[in-house]
Order: sequence, then C-alpha cells, then structure tokens
Amino acid sequence: MNEHIPLSGRQATWLVLLRVAIGWHFLYEGLVKVFNPSWSPLGYLMDSKGLFAPLFTAMASHPTVLGAVDFLNQWGLVLIGLGLILGVFTRLATAAGMLLLVFYYLSHPPFPGLNYALPSEGSYFFIDKVFIEFLALGVLMVFPTGRIIGLDRLIFGKNHKTL
Amino acid sequence: MDEHNKQEEKPGMTRRDVVRGLATVPVLGAVAYGLYKKKSLDHYLKRSISDELGMSAGEPAHPPKSEGREIRIGLIGFGIRGKQLAKALGFAHPSQVEEWRLAAGENKNDYRYVDFKSQEDLNIRITAVCDVFDTYGEMARETAANIHREGPAGPMGEPVKRYATYKELIASPEVDAVVIATPDHWHGPMTIEAARAGKHVYCEKPLTWTVEETYEVRQAVVDSGVVFQLGHQGRQTDAYLKAREAIEKNVLGPINLIEVTTNRNDPNGAWVYDIHKDASPATIDWDQFIGPAPWHDFSLERFFRWRCWWDYSTGLSGDLLTHEYDAINQVLNVGIPHSAISTGGIYFFKDGRTVPDVLTTVFEFPEKNLSLLYSATLSSQMDRGKKVMGHDAYMEMGNTLTIYADPRSTRYAGKIEKGIIKPDMPIYSYVPGRGADTITSATEKYFAGRGLLYTYRGGKRVDTTHLHMKEWLDAIRQGTKPSCDIHSGFEEAMTAHMGTLSYHHKKQVFWDKASEKIIV
Repeated sequence: MNEHIPLSGRQATWLVLLRVAIGWHFLYEGLVKVFNPSWSPLGYLMDSKGLFAPLFTAMASHPTVLGAVDFLNQWGLVLIGLGLILGVFTRLATAAGMLLLVFYYLSHPPFPGLNYALPSEGSYFFIDKVFIEFLALGVLMVFPTGRIIGLDRLIFGKNHKTL
Repeated sequence: MDEHNKQEEKPGMTRRDVVRGLATVPVLGAVAYGLYKKKSLDHYLKRSISDELGMSAGEPAHPPKSEGREIRIGLIGFGIRGKQLAKALGFAHPSQVEEWRLAAGENKNDYRYVDFKSQEDLNIRITAVCDVFDTYGEMARETAANIHREGPAGPMGEPVKRYATYKELIASPEVDAVVIATPDHWHGPMTIEAARAGKHVYCEKPLTWTVEETYEVRQAVVDSGVVFQLGHQGRQTDAYLKAREAIEKNVLGPINLIEVTTNRNDPNGAWVYDIHKDASPATIDWDQFIGPAPWHDFSLERFFRWRCWWDYSTGLSGDLLTHEYDAINQVLNVGIPHSAISTGGIYFFKDGRTVPDVLTTVFEFPEKNLSLLYSATLSSQMDRGKKVMGHDAYMEMGNTLTIYADPRSTRYAGKIEKGIIKPDMPIYSYVPGRGADTITSATEKYFAGRGLLYTYRGGKRVDTTHLHMKEWLDAIRQGTKPSCDIHSGFEEAMTAHMGTLSYHHKKQVFWDKASEKIIV
C-alpha cells in the first residue's frame, strides 16, 4: 500500500466523509451498548447461522467468554469509531473495524436458505451492508486520510504529497 | 505501522495543520449530544411508565439451600414422569447419566449433563421404589442407588428395596414421604393411603380421577396434617410470579376474558408413547394397574398409552387444562368456576382412544365478571399462548411475560395521548435471566419470542420441577405451606371434572358453592 497517492481536494473530502460516517456508525453502536447495562451479545450469537455458527454459539455458551466478547465488542466499536472520526491511528482503526465486520459477516452470512430470528430491513444475497461497509473500510485502508484531515496529521506529520 | 517510518516528513506545524488535524473533532460533539438527547428521552419515557406501573424490576430470589434433616422418599411409579421427577430430585439412572454425558460431548449446547450434575442436592434419600412393570421397577432401584449422579462405571450407593405394591411401600418405616407418578386413576387412592399413614405426598396432576374421591383426598390430607404438594411446577415459573404482581398492582384494569390453550402436534404430545420391548403379562402386574378402573383384558396400548382412555385418564381436562387453569388460579386466585361447558371430539387420532383430541371449555366466574376460555388441539402446534385481557392492558404469559397497554385504556389514556405509552410497544416485559424492562427493543422482542434469550438464568438454568419439589421438601422440614397445596389441588380437580362432565353430558354444568357439589 502506498502512502503517497496524490489525492485531489474533492477526492480527499469524500474519503474523509466516508471515514467519519463509518466512524459515527461504529461509535454509536458501541456507545448504545456501553450505556445499556442489560445489553448482551447472547441473542445475536445464539442466532448465528452457517459454517461458523458453532464457533459463535460456543462463545455464547461460556459466561466468561461471553463477558469478554461483550467487553471487546463494545469498546472495540467505541475505539474504532473514535479512531475513524478523529483520524487518529486511522489505519489501525480501519484494520480493526474490518476484522470486527468479518466476524459479524461470518456469524450472520446473508446466504440463501439461512433464516434469522431478527429479520433484516432489506433483501440480501451474499452481499449485505456489513460486507459493503467492510469494502468501504478496505478503500480507506488503501487511501488513508488520517494525515490529511485528522489527528494523525498532528502526531505523525502531514503527507505533503497528498495535497 | 507505516506511519512510524514517516517521522522525517513531519515539518514544523502550521496553523493550517492544526485546523486540518482537528477538523473532525466537532463530529464527536454531535454524536455525544445526539446520544445524550436520546438517552434522556428514553430515560424519561421509561421512568414515566415504570412510575405509573410500580412493577418490580428484579428476578424472584432463588430459594436458600435445603438444609435440615434428611428426608427418606418412596417413589411410586417410574414411567416417563416418574423418571423426570427423580431427576428433579437429583437421581437418574446410570445409563441416562452416561447418555447425557455423551450427548454433551457431541453437542456443546446440550446442557443436560452439566445441569443435572450441578443441580442442588436436596438432602434426601430414595429408600423405596415401586412400579407394576418389572423393567421400570428395577430401573427405579438402580436410579435410587445412584447417589453420586454417576454413569455405569461410577460408584453406587446401597441397593434400594423395590416393593410389590404401593401399600407396602407406604407402610414401610423407611419412608417419610412419597412421590406419586402413576396413571390418574391411582392418584386419589394412593394419596389417601399415604396421608392416613402420615406420609407427606408429592402427587402428579390432576389431583383425582373421580369427583367423589376428591372430597376424600382433601379430608385425608387435612386430617393427617401431612405436607401435600400437587405437581403443577408452573407455580415456580418466574414470569407467572411477575404476572401475579401485575394483577396485584392492577396494571391490567378490569379483566373479563382470559384465553388459555394447548397446542400440540405429535404422537408423543397426543400420548401415543412407545411400547417397551420387555413388556408382557409376565413383566406387568396387570391387576394392580387396573385397580379402581373398570376391568379390561391385558393390553400393552392401554398400559403405556393409558392417557388415551377415560378408564385410567382424565383426558385433556385433567392432563393439560389443569396446567393452564392452575397458572391462572395462581395469578388471579379465581377458585372453582360457577359453570363449565365443553365441546370437542376425536377428530385426528382415530386410534381407538376414548378421550377427545380437540376440546374447548368455557368457564364462567360471574362473581369476578370473568370468562375463562380453554381451547386445545393435539393436531396443530400453532402457539396461541395464554392471554389475559384487561380493559387497560393485556398480557401474554409464558416463559416470558409481556404487557401491552390497550389503545382504548381509560387509565393510560393521558400517557398514550402524550406519546409516552405506545400501544404497540410493551409497557412491561420480563425475560428470565434478563430481568424486567419497560419498552423492550424490537431486537430483544424477536430474540425473546424465539426463545433465544433464556438459555441461562443467572448463569444457570433451573428446572421448575426441581424448584417445585424443593419447595415441598423445605415445607416438610420447616412446617411451611407449599404453593400448590391440597386446597389449590381441590380447586384444580373440581374445575377439571366440571369440564369433563360437561363434555360427557353435552351440557353446561354448575358448581354449587354452598354444598360444594357439581350440578349436572
């Protein structure tokens, strides 16, 4: 991956908007869980389907593991959200976000024949919004913007060649 | 990270750098403000509703550990239910324990083994067993000796005596209390015999098979002072305890109609149980099975599927209506209805049975301005639940409890108009293991509805039958009253008999409160 891809002002603006929007989504998902004391990933994990379902239901069946998954998920979401919005440790946050999305996708793959307790708000066939958000983070990984607009610019210095 | 290699590119910071570096910080403020507004609104709505209802939030407390003297139990009947009751007491056959252990190895979500091994020790011993079928009798002996809850290779306790008749078992000085899990036609005579011998009784439902013996059973239990518990384990269901609280706090307003149902659709649910390969006239004491029932020649179908014949059974009324009725009686103290009218027939299982497989019974409680509708089918599993319909709110009772305000409620009219109460969202919901809440999120509602939320209860699943038997044993030790005592049992039996009599006579039957008689 190359840090030195020159980006036009408009290109950078749209990439930053995309980064902040995804960050907003992660941060809000995280905060809602952090502030809801009765939140538990139990129902979500138990509703897992597909090839990896046993892995996720196993996570749900051990109270300690479940507690750890809950903690990592909530604070992971919050930190990734902060990273993306503020543009701080942007690439780390982007990579971590992609990893979380892989877990979500594998636990609830939108494959034909799999039905979930919670109906989805749209119609999905292999590609769902989790997958698209994953791809969008992939784009942000190869077009990093933290050092253009973001705290990374103050921490690591701006990338002059990009603007 | 690549960034570490780029330190040399960091020039002196300009004002422009600072502005661009911090450009997105205000976004955080927007998220925080939005979240704060949303939380305050949610909090305000929840507070407004919970103040209005006054319902408790926590789970019912788990009863303290059973302590005190050891109680010596005699098991009468070791068929399907007898084995379940033994398990609830902490005893299972070594082969059964092994089966659960292997199943748990194959499927991590199979908790039967772990649950059984970790179930509380009730401080009892099974000292006597009795079953008219030799194979079950021997299994009962081996089960009773399995005091360490082990598989076939594990250490066993002292061998336990199997008695040829229930009378000998009850008379044994080795027995303090009996657990009766026999066909319905034996419940009454055995309870009477045990009570008169001063033995405490846990009896499966229904209390009796005939109306006449119901008075005698009550008399015998009351006179002897033994501790009696009828096997309606629903008395221990958390959601029912919460439902009772809702009634006590008048959350529902005037209640005029309650609908309860049975929805089964498989041979097992229709009492067509397997016939054991070892069963024959040589291994079954047929005369003792018949007992007070009309004589019939030896029949394996009748022995294993006795619930299908009035000769030994009380049909849907006694077997399944009683659970529904007792749940309602537990929550609303309705007592014996003023009248009952039943219709139905044998519409699906035309296998020679005499009891109906579709039954509808309507009970009237004019003093309470209430109708109770029971409707049962053994050929559809469409889950119709238990619905208690009040003028101000209605509730659905099951493993979970959900209460919705009625859109035309008088009491909640103001809050509905202000948008604080939304009739399409629960004003109260209780999910075991998750506690109570007002306004459950749509997600949680879906999960709860599919039974996905109560795999655990406080980190551990508890069997209601275990709790119900524990309550009985604790009552024996402490002289307290169990929740489904002989008076609740009397109400349960008479209500079920009214339903059955109406079905037989094809007319409405009445309860005369003064004489305590059913008028046909």
